[in-house]
Amino acid sequence: MTVQIHDGTRWQTVCSLADLQPGRGVAVLLPDAGQVALFRDRAGELYAVDNLDPFSGAPVLSRGLIGSRGERPTLISPMYKQVYDLTDGRCLDEDTAPDGTPAVLRRWPVRAFDGEAAA
Amino acid sequence: MTLDDRTVRDLVLVGHGMVGQRFLEAWTEQPAARGWRVTVLAEEPRPAYDRVHLSSLFDGGTVEDLALCPTGFLAEHGIDLRLGDPATAIDRAGRTVTTRSGVEVRYDVLVLATGSVPFVPPVPGTDAPGCHVYRTIEDVDAIRAEAATAGTGVVVGGGLLGLEAAGALRAGGLATHVVEFAPRLMAVQVDDGGGAALRRKIEDLGVTVHTSAGASGVLTGPDGRVRGLALSDGRELPADLVVFSAGVRARDQLARDCGLPVGQRGGVVVDDRCRTEDPAILAIGECAQAVDGRVYGLVAPGYLMAETAARTIAEQEGEGFTGADLSTKLKLLGVDVASFGDPHGSAEGALDVLYSDSRSGVYRKLVIGSDGALLGGVLVGDTEGYGVLRPLAVAGKPLTVAPEQLVLPAGFAGAAGPVALPDDAVLCSCHNVTQGAVRAAVRDQGADSVAAVKKCTRAGTGCGSCLKQLGTVVTEELEAAGVSTGKGLCEHFAHTRAELYEIVRVTGPASFSELLAEHGSGEGCEICKPTVASILASLGNGHILDGEQGALQDSNDHFLANLQRNGSYSVVPRVPGGEITPEGLIVIGEIARDHGLYTKITGGQRIDMFGATVDQLPFIWRKLVDAGFESGHAYGKSLRTVKSCVGETWCRYGVQDSTTLAIELELRYRGLRSPHKLKAAVSGCARECAEAQSKDFGIIATAAGWNLYVGGNGGMTPRHADLLAADLDRETLIRTIDRYLMFYIRTADRLERTSVWLERLEGGLDHLRAVVLDDSLGIAAELDELMARHIGGYRDEWAETLADPERLRRFSSFVNAPGTPDPAVTFVPERGQIRPARPGEASHTLNAPVLVAGARLEVLTP
Repeated sequence: MTVQIHDGTRWQTVCSLADLQPGRGVAVLLPDAGQVALFRDRAGELYAVDNLDPFSGAPVLSRGLIGSRGERPTLISPMYKQVYDLTDGRCLDEDTAPDGTPAVLRRWPVRAFDGEAAA
Repeated sequence: MTLDDRTVRDLVLVGHGMVGQRFLEAWTEQPAARGWRVTVLAEEPRPAYDRVHLSSLFDGGTVEDLALCPTGFLAEHGIDLRLGDPATAIDRAGRTVTTRSGVEVRYDVLVLATGSVPFVPPVPGTDAPGCHVYRTIEDVDAIRAEAATAGTGVVVGGGLLGLEAAGALRAGGLATHVVEFAPRLMAVQVDDGGGAALRRKIEDLGVTVHTSAGASGVLTGPDGRVRGLALSDGRELPADLVVFSAGVRARDQLARDCGLPVGQRGGVVVDDRCRTEDPAILAIGECAQAVDGRVYGLVAPGYLMAETAARTIAEQEGEGFTGADLSTKLKLLGVDVASFGDPHGSAEGALDVLYSDSRSGVYRKLVIGSDGALLGGVLVGDTEGYGVLRPLAVAGKPLTVAPEQLVLPAGFAGAAGPVALPDDAVLCSCHNVTQGAVRAAVRDQGADSVAAVKKCTRAGTGCGSCLKQLGTVVTEELEAAGVSTGKGLCEHFAHTRAELYEIVRVTGPASFSELLAEHGSGEGCEICKPTVASILASLGNGHILDGEQGALQDSNDHFLANLQRNGSYSVVPRVPGGEITPEGLIVIGEIARDHGLYTKITGGQRIDMFGATVDQLPFIWRKLVDAGFESGHAYGKSLRTVKSCVGETWCRYGVQDSTTLAIELELRYRGLRSPHKLKAAVSGCARECAEAQSKDFGIIATAAGWNLYVGGNGGMTPRHADLLAADLDRETLIRTIDRYLMFYIRTADRLERTSVWLERLEGGLDHLRAVVLDDSLGIAAELDELMARHIGGYRDEWAETLADPERLRRFSSFVNAPGTPDPAVTFVPERGQIRPARPGEASHTLNAPVLVAGARLEVLTP
């Protein structure tokens, strides 16, 4: 099984599912040099959001912990610990980043894909 | 107060004791204080100190521990403190004070805080060598000097001060007698039953008590020295040392000499604003007779008078001093004694409710008025209820529960239900803060913790006896406001960290998923995940990155390095005790040079290398491991460093080998996961170059062994460490630290430094001492075993990571492009090294120059 991210144009294979440890993330480099933080939770659900942390400007979100707040699955920035809702990318702690832009992470469509079957 | 038109006015304070210092603190908080110059005329050779705890000097405490005047306080407020030059005369017409050295000091306002002198009964021989009073540090020094060669000491006076003095003599190793004129000990505070319970407890400690006996004369030998004390009942007690501690007399001579009225039994007469008959002169503390005709010998009323006087001079409104609650709670010779309200039931129709158990030495008496209100009481041996009972008695409101439920031991009391305190009940008598004021601070001023309430109201910042009750009230008020005060870790666990620790300890190692399923809910968060990871690691659960544990670690623990602001990492090789060979220095230099890292010397005697990317980390560790280093924890909640000086090996002043001990301790405790980071230091002599007293545990060499200090902290809220034990040999020292650390790990809250933990720990330092030195909880063997398991199970986490391809996989910049330098992590040169680029700066990624140096060719590929 591979993991694929849809970069807006097409599905990109980024790694095998086994590369993802439940509860942790990895960073993915897109062809346009953009970065995606890719997570797999304990139930096997996949999430892909921006890797760039809007509060520190550092590409570190893939190194954050994931968890839950209420019913929402969350990602916690390892830098200053802001919490994001993984389902919509919205920051649950602060509305705007220090530069005044809304603190919302872009989300990418992500799927586990049986690559060999498709080939 | 009539004042001339000079812009700066002169305030002169006579006396720098506890009350004098409190006055200065209260005064400097007044906005009006700015227009005043303050001069303090003090008799003693040192600034104000805590007289109440003089006996701690016999118990390993130092003069510095007693100091009350914070460093820099006088300078900050421009206060001119003249030590050793007491006032000798007041010229009220000329508004000047003359000092012993003959200096004349002008005043616009004069404050007398001259305190009191010990009362020495007018019997023959009290001036013989060997006779002492117990009031100043000099008195204690003199007693200690003689106690070294004396065998028996007699204290005249069985009141509060006398028992303090007796405790001091006993701590000094003397056979100790107490002679009390009244039929019982502490006659003012306790009743006959309480006095008897107290006497039994004190006699159990080996102190001989003689009541209903006065001193009729001091017996001297042919050399003129004390050889005994003659008692009023005809007996003679042999003694090498006699301490008179039978009450005090107000020191009001200055006032008498200048014609100010004094009370019949002494004390300068003041009004409710603490003014004497002369409006330019105020008097506070033990030298003053308050408006209710009493001279208060306790420190809390003195503090209230000090605050009143400061307000009076600043022409501020506010409550005057009309009298004070004489309630006291203290530990005398290790025995808890409390007395509050009217302990003797002198009111008409007052009845007693009594519980006495001479076997356990517990005595409790409540005095109940005819209307059912609590009027007062006496507690000996167990003062647990004091925090609630005292405010109830002072408020004089009827009880909401049956009084017998309040005196019976917990098991017999039945469902007593909460005791409701009225809002006008004074919770903190040191600073006269009512329960209503505490509630208002929580409700209206946003104080959401005991710490915030302390800051806001000063409640609990005096003797601290009300802290427990304060915590209850704050929690109640927060709950009433709908604020969740669950002590639980986070929304996923209703348990505290200590409770989770117990669960894991008792039920055995478990995975996070198991713990969450059985004891929690949801998916976890940044609070509970690292906490559980830390608990599992503390209890020796294998490598921190193994299995599911790897998914719990905070970023730094996950990557075994220190995340910096631009997403790069720093690596800090462990340098135990700060000792490093020239070869070691060269290796670190080479690694930093080859990888283009920024280097800086840390405060913990290590070298920090900054700017490493995730994929560089294994290469850096490989080189360190090959050179005999381990990468070292400069992150995470674990032991950081044990700092040291060079000690007696090199230093002219050193008395022990501090470096060797520091290395041993750092290697012993490295990798120990704890509720917060741990810092330590070892100093080779009392000069303390390693700054051990600002560490979680610090050791200072003495000629006889090692002194162990605990609970120190630098950082945002500095705290001077407390002396836990003195002159320990190496083995006892290490065992004591083992237990201290394991007890902390077991009971502390998440992110609670040892300093905060120790402040919070019920029973404080005494309790900690009892647990780690005397095994009062019977857990020492278990603590020792846990530490042994940690030491035996320690592995170099970095070397183990290098040896395991599975673990190495995470050290990759991009899962789909390993080895590609992160284009977003960039640097610019500064002072010959790199630093993170700021937004918009022309910059380069770190790997570019490194590849030119060819560093990647010589090491393994992950």
